[in-house]
Amino acid sequence: MSFAKGLATLAAGALFGFGLALSSMIRPEVVLSFLQGRDLGLALVMGGGVAVTLLAYKLLPRLLQRPLLGGSFGVHPSSWNRDTLRGAALFGVGWGLTGVCPGPAIAGLGAGNLSLLWAVAGMALGALVQGWRADR
Amino acid sequence: MSILQTPFPVGWQHYLLGGLCLGAGVALLFLFTGRIGSMSTVFSSTWSYVVRRPFFQQARLVDTRGWRLLYALGLILGALAWWLWRGAGVAEGTQVPWWLLLAGGFVAGYGARLGNGCTSGHGICGLGSLQWPSALAVLTFMATAFITANLVTRWIV
Repeated sequence: MSFAKGLATLAAGALFGFGLALSSMIRPEVVLSFLQGRDLGLALVMGGGVAVTLLAYKLLPRLLQRPLLGGSFGVHPSSWNRDTLRGAALFGVGWGLTGVCPGPAIAGLGAGNLSLLWAVAGMALGALVQGWRADR
Repeated sequence: MSILQTPFPVGWQHYLLGGLCLGAGVALLFLFTGRIGSMSTVFSSTWSYVVRRPFFQQARLVDTRGWRLLYALGLILGALAWWLWRGAGVAEGTQVPWWLLLAGGFVAGYGARLGNGCTSGHGICGLGSLQWPSALAVLTFMATAFITANLVTRWIV
């Protein structure tokens, strides 16, 4: 990976993390207040994020031959099958239990919420068991 | 019915701004590198450094593990920048107990990897690509999250 690509990746991640913190999504209580029907905020965060992403994903491949630092424009892999249904359903259960999903679990550490290390550890173990079972 | 009267009891601007900002992060990553900035894959790809089993040695994990870790580091730095910008006051915390974070994290991590995406993968990136399987996945996890948060978590936290 070139230095420039690494720097761009780091900067993009920082913007993502800043957005997660600014929107207070790194606070599990705020996410739970959405899931429990007390504050619609998360829908605005999602809507804003999707709108910008949609513009970028649809327009950039038409305006540019390739990304500014080379390579090619990727596509988000997505298919509907039994695993997607089961996985999404389980993910929702885990998310609903804590109000913590992967992005905020990682970003929240930067704002000093070290309790989230428990969630990060849980997610890493969950991903390990998933991959382990997929091999059988 | 109070959510209909006051949908945003603590204000709405920071939600929208934050959403636009994290979308800009995904857009920037795509503009410069063409990469899709979803998050949960890093929890599988990082295992490829130490676990030799075939699943973890797939090219789609091994070839992306470097930048995914860097992207995750960026997330931490971005939230740190926000915290410093806010005056570096009290560190963030949560009332959710550690055992619930661990258990819920496990289920969320397992599910996100089995279903190939989380709130950023299916939510931001999948919906941003107008992919109907992602839209179905979002509806599915929103539904189970609503049910769980109201039937279980409400009584613990």
